[in-house]
Amino acid sequence: MTTTTLAGHEFHVNDEGFLTVPSEWSEELGAALAAQIGIEMTERHWEVVRFLRADFAEAGETATLRRVAARSGVPVKELFVLFPQKPAKKMAYVAGLPKPHGCV
Amino acid sequence: MRRLVVLGAGTAGTMIVNKLRRKLPADEWEITVVDRDDVHPYQPGFLFMPFGTYDDSQLSRPRRDFVPDGVEFVIAEVDRVDAEARTVLLEDGRTLDYDYLVIASGTSPRPDQTPGMLDAEWRRSIFDFYTRDGAQALAEALKEFDHGRLVVHITEMPIKCPVAPLEFTFLAEAWLREHHLRDRVELVYVTPLPGAFTKPVASDRLGAMLEDRKVVVESDFLVEHIDNERKCLVSYDEREVPFDLLVTVPLNMGADFVARSGLGDELNYVPVDKRTLLSTQSDRIFAVGDANDIPASKAGSVAHFAVEVFVDNFLRHIDGQAMVRSFDGHANCFVESGDKKALLIDFNYDTEPLTGTYPLPYVGPLGLLKETRANHLGKLAFRWIYWNVLLPGRPIPLPNHMSMVGKHPVDDATTPQPKELT
Repeated sequence: MTTTTLAGHEFHVNDEGFLTVPSEWSEELGAALAAQIGIEMTERHWEVVRFLRADFAEAGETATLRRVAARSGVPVKELFVLFPQKPAKKMAYVAGLPKPHGCV
Repeated sequence: MRRLVVLGAGTAGTMIVNKLRRKLPADEWEITVVDRDDVHPYQPGFLFMPFGTYDDSQLSRPRRDFVPDGVEFVIAEVDRVDAEARTVLLEDGRTLDYDYLVIASGTSPRPDQTPGMLDAEWRRSIFDFYTRDGAQALAEALKEFDHGRLVVHITEMPIKCPVAPLEFTFLAEAWLREHHLRDRVELVYVTPLPGAFTKPVASDRLGAMLEDRKVVVESDFLVEHIDNERKCLVSYDEREVPFDLLVTVPLNMGADFVARSGLGDELNYVPVDKRTLLSTQSDRIFAVGDANDIPASKAGSVAHFAVEVFVDNFLRHIDGQAMVRSFDGHANCFVESGDKKALLIDFNYDTEPLTGTYPLPYVGPLGLLKETRANHLGKLAFRWIYWNVLLPGRPIPLPNHMSMVGKHPVDDATTPQPKELT
């Protein structure tokens, strides 16, 4: 686990650049993380990210695409538009959460 | 009299009633196990049916034969569980009261969940191999198939036996070579994952095996629908994969009664504590095997290792004592690679499959993550072990917890660094 700095924020990351301490996240950092992967945050992006943060606080795990679509009301098709190619990973990255482990 | 009800007489449920009947005094505990039918399939065998290795009669037995004396076997569909009232309602109107309930109703392929999967091309050019009927129909289709695009496809994770689609691909490739058709067939592997498998070292090894066999991999592909007229898979991000023969693994879901009972997640899996398998909603309900939401493979080996831990914990729990044993997510699977060879992988929640030997450090006889004849023979021999040792709940001399001894860890410097985010 290493520490890195982005947009004036210092935080812990794993070898793929995902935050390892969810409480070190802020919306300002989220926007900076999004920019790192070529995403400009819109209100719709924030809706998804805020849902992910709230759901993680409750469930202790990062929501899968299916769960996000079922519970946040943003359909899977749109998630692919907002976070192209790898929506599950990209959403988690921006939200400062671990990768979802729907994949075992 | 106290009552234990087990829903599902598959791999996990059958092992549980056998082990617990021996441990729970007959004058204190009634045990009932419920299933919708009396046919226990040997599911790992379905993989071989399309290639004519097994016929139907070798792959099923009556469930009843594995239910021990002193356990009542009820054949019925479950309507729902009323956790408040501690009752199971059956569709035929009967009710079963319980003191403790084990949900072991597994997971099933659900082709109805993907638009276009069950339409005109189903069982004409679209097949699955996780059901007896599907595997049989695919065997017939393969006899006729002599050229074109053979596409192997996974709809969404998690799926039962996550290595099976890879095994199918390896076996199909070998089968095509054997029938002198390999040059006339394009083989494509379509997966929602970023690579061949979920864990880096195994994914690299298995990915290289696909490459050696000239299988094209289409990764990060999440199917939205199947276009029957044009015979192609269409993803959410509008990529298309055409096929002449599609072998798909449909979305897997837990039993519908789990959803009706309000005990499941989006895919009808029962959320549990991953160390004890106790439901997060009720301290009277456990979910064991594929029916729960633990982040481990949905596989018989996981069910087997989990049951050992569960039984000890259950006996303490019903006495009001703390559950002291902790399941580590241990799994091991043989991976058929064609040409009468197979690999073996051994892993848990925290440690991915590594190279080395199993079960005896340095000696083996089974090589980990390496194609050998011994592993293939191990896989075939397992059918006998399943019917005669595993289901009756007899001890198998393998440790429940994964061991690192004899394995070759990767140091951080050589850990593959996924760079796929940008």
